[in-house]
Amino acid sequence: MPAAEDDLKKKDAGENLTPFGICPIPIFEHKRIVLGHGSGGKLTADLIEKIFLPAFHNPTLDKLDDQAVISIGGARLAFTTDSFVVTPIFFPGGDIGRLAIHGTVNDLAMSGARPLYLSAAFILEEGLATDDLRRIVESMRAAAAEAGVQLVTGDTKVVNRGKGDQIFITTTGIGVIEHDINISTDRARPGDKIILSGYIGDHGMTIMSQREGLEFESAIESDCAPLHGLVTAMLATESSVSGFIHTLRDPTRGGVATTLNEIAKNANVGIVLDENAIPVRESVKGACEVLGLDPLYVANEGKLIALVTREMANVVLEQMRQHPLGQDAAIIGEVVQTHPGMVLMKTEIGGTRVLDVMFGEQLPRIC
Amino acid sequence: MKYLDEYRNGDIAARIVAEMRRVQTRPWVLMEVCGGQTHSIVKHGLDHLLPDGIELVHGPGCPVCVTPLDMIDKAHAIARLPHVIFCSFGDMLRVPGSDGDLFTIKSLGSDIRIVYSPLDCLKIARANPDKQVVFFAIGFETTAPANAMLAWRAHEEQVNNLSLLVSHVLVPPALEAILSASGNRVQGFLGPGHVCAVMGYSEYDPISARYHVPIVITGFEPIDILEGTLMTLKQLEEGRATVENQYSRVLNRKGNLPAQQLISKVFEVGERKWRGIGSIPMSGYHLRDEFFHHDAEKLFDVAEIATMEPEICISGEILRGIKKPHDCPAFGTLCTPQHPLGATMVSAEGACAAYYAYGRHLNPQTSDKLQQIAPGSSPYNTTVQPREKPEYPHASR
Amino acid sequence: MCLAIPGKVVETYDQRGLRMAKVQFGGIVREACLEYVPETQVGQYVLVHVGFAISRVDEAEAERTYQALRDLDQLTELEAPVVDEIAETDEPPHPPWMMNAGGTRQ
Repeated sequence: MPAAEDDLKKKDAGENLTPFGICPIPIFEHKRIVLGHGSGGKLTADLIEKIFLPAFHNPTLDKLDDQAVISIGGARLAFTTDSFVVTPIFFPGGDIGRLAIHGTVNDLAMSGARPLYLSAAFILEEGLATDDLRRIVESMRAAAAEAGVQLVTGDTKVVNRGKGDQIFITTTGIGVIEHDINISTDRARPGDKIILSGYIGDHGMTIMSQREGLEFESAIESDCAPLHGLVTAMLATESSVSGFIHTLRDPTRGGVATTLNEIAKNANVGIVLDENAIPVRESVKGACEVLGLDPLYVANEGKLIALVTREMANVVLEQMRQHPLGQDAAIIGEVVQTHPGMVLMKTEIGGTRVLDVMFGEQLPRIC
Repeated sequence: MKYLDEYRNGDIAARIVAEMRRVQTRPWVLMEVCGGQTHSIVKHGLDHLLPDGIELVHGPGCPVCVTPLDMIDKAHAIARLPHVIFCSFGDMLRVPGSDGDLFTIKSLGSDIRIVYSPLDCLKIARANPDKQVVFFAIGFETTAPANAMLAWRAHEEQVNNLSLLVSHVLVPPALEAILSASGNRVQGFLGPGHVCAVMGYSEYDPISARYHVPIVITGFEPIDILEGTLMTLKQLEEGRATVENQYSRVLNRKGNLPAQQLISKVFEVGERKWRGIGSIPMSGYHLRDEFFHHDAEKLFDVAEIATMEPEICISGEILRGIKKPHDCPAFGTLCTPQHPLGATMVSAEGACAAYYAYGRHLNPQTSDKLQQIAPGSSPYNTTVQPREKPEYPHASR
Repeated sequence: MCLAIPGKVVETYDQRGLRMAKVQFGGIVREACLEYVPETQVGQYVLVHVGFAISRVDEAEAERTYQALRDLDQLTELEAPVVDEIAETDEPPHPPWMMNAGGTRQ
């Protein structure tokens, strides 16, 4: 590996080391795709940086936000797409259909857009029960109504048994960004407060609880929900200045820790969190302890992270708490100038921990 | 959560640390033996709470780290076989062998499953009578009762398509190897709490006496680790060297007798190779001959597999506490958690992996304290700039 | 090694000749094998590792040792002058963890 050997020579010569991996020639070592590439962590980032970006790069894509903000004929539109492959397809609190609608609605909402229209493409496995499909579609109808969006076009394919894990759904969405809203990752600034809209880990641990061999009895349910109503309420906070919400992200795969690392890296800022301020349900905490998982890396489907100016943070927080999806919102940390690109956390006990980005999937451990 | 939350109390932590400052008169080097303890220290940022001069060195107590490379290659060779369902704890999935890890092998079509409990393998074996179910039985003594039960039940119930690939290791011989090596810097030990919950701690008395080192059997929560450190520190300051039990709410000197009985019915003690350290006699468990039909190492043709470790790796010296990760020329460059070259980078508890997660590869010349990477950062700061404050003379040490 | 978590036994039963239990951890309930601590009663706490209870928590001993920790003096005479020094300034109050970890600011 050329980059690493150069580093070794530099180290011998007493020179400063370049951090491993920052090399002009992207070297992608994996010969085959592994499951970790879909986990949302470092492997996924590698795939994007080394295979997709070099091929497709343009200023909009390079921002790597949850959605693309484009201008057409004077209107600012938010445009996004997402695929849903979750197993099991039905779980406490939702199903793959509900996820497919709200997941895309939320990606649009994170730019401050009003979600309007969705498309849905279905890949069905030969042998899927028609009743199951009916159930999923009905769930999507209800979710679309709840979110106030219309499904305006779609597609269906069927693949051979064994080639499709029952059903895959891809949804693409368009929304319109009104007024002078300018919300994106690169607007994060030192001094911003970080607000989390509620309890973390519910969705990921619900899915985990359904996995063979890891079952546990609990009241944990997926938190899958459309967030644009909450965002609208936040934007409506009374204020003498505009643009007080700098960044919105929904911490899905990879959890809060991965999303905050993305913000820190893309905006080149440091982040400091207070572990005591982060809301986690007892049941999620118990499940995580038993399996050796960290709630900060577990997926959420109905939560958002907001970076808000210091002056407006408390007022926005109060506004969020009036909304059903923001009742448990809390300020969990702030953006700082020091250690750009790194996320630190003051632990319960008073120590300091670096919250690194997740590598592949988070795995239950015995050690 | 009861018996968990109260052991993460910041106020109690502060009291223990204040007491440490009161008794400490000189620097000391302590080793925490267990990988789970290392994990807890890194996760809660405990080593930053310790007074300067108390150095915690991470020991070899991570079964993932010390599983020899040729055992991993044997596991991978078995996992690749088309009629095999290979079951493992999550920890081992990302450990690379000579050619990829279990995830890579899975991507090529092999049936590889994560289990939480070894008993799950019985269910899988019963549900798949036409396949060979092989369980990667790694661990220290803590996991031996569970693995023993699996072998025992497979034997009793004649589940003949189930076998175990055993790579069990024992703690006391590892401590001996560390203490008897030249260049050893370790002066006191935080002993392995969960290992001793199973085995008791009478095996540690002769070690403590022979090498005149305090060994305090310690739990895993932050308060446990801090209290264990305090107890070890007190012994060192007072010139004492005995075995003490910090984790008394969970274990006593005898340990768990029913567990020990089943372990000795199923396993016998023998030589084991430790990655980074080498072969240590009487340091591991092997299945007894009666369990031949459930011994994957004998059932599958893997005896010839032998692998060489990369020469550049110094994990042996790190596991023994003689060197630190940033003493290694490959640390953070050729060797990273994504590309581990040796034992101590391979799992999250390994010293090199833990240091890497701290971002210490970005700052190789500095000492351990994270303050050097992140001065003045705190969620309670209302200003963004690091504060310029006059030093108070009383505050310096 | 490693990951063993204390939980409360809420039910015990036999399964294929093995003594088993439902154990509650925080808000969830999981099955664990009780063969190694067979005399455990409902309501008692056990330490569970990979689906096996390997030990019982001695609640009286836990209370006794925790009380000893609570009794450790928070600040000794050595630290007291630093506290006074800090109180004289206009600094905002430091959170407890920052003060007590040796009395020096970080």
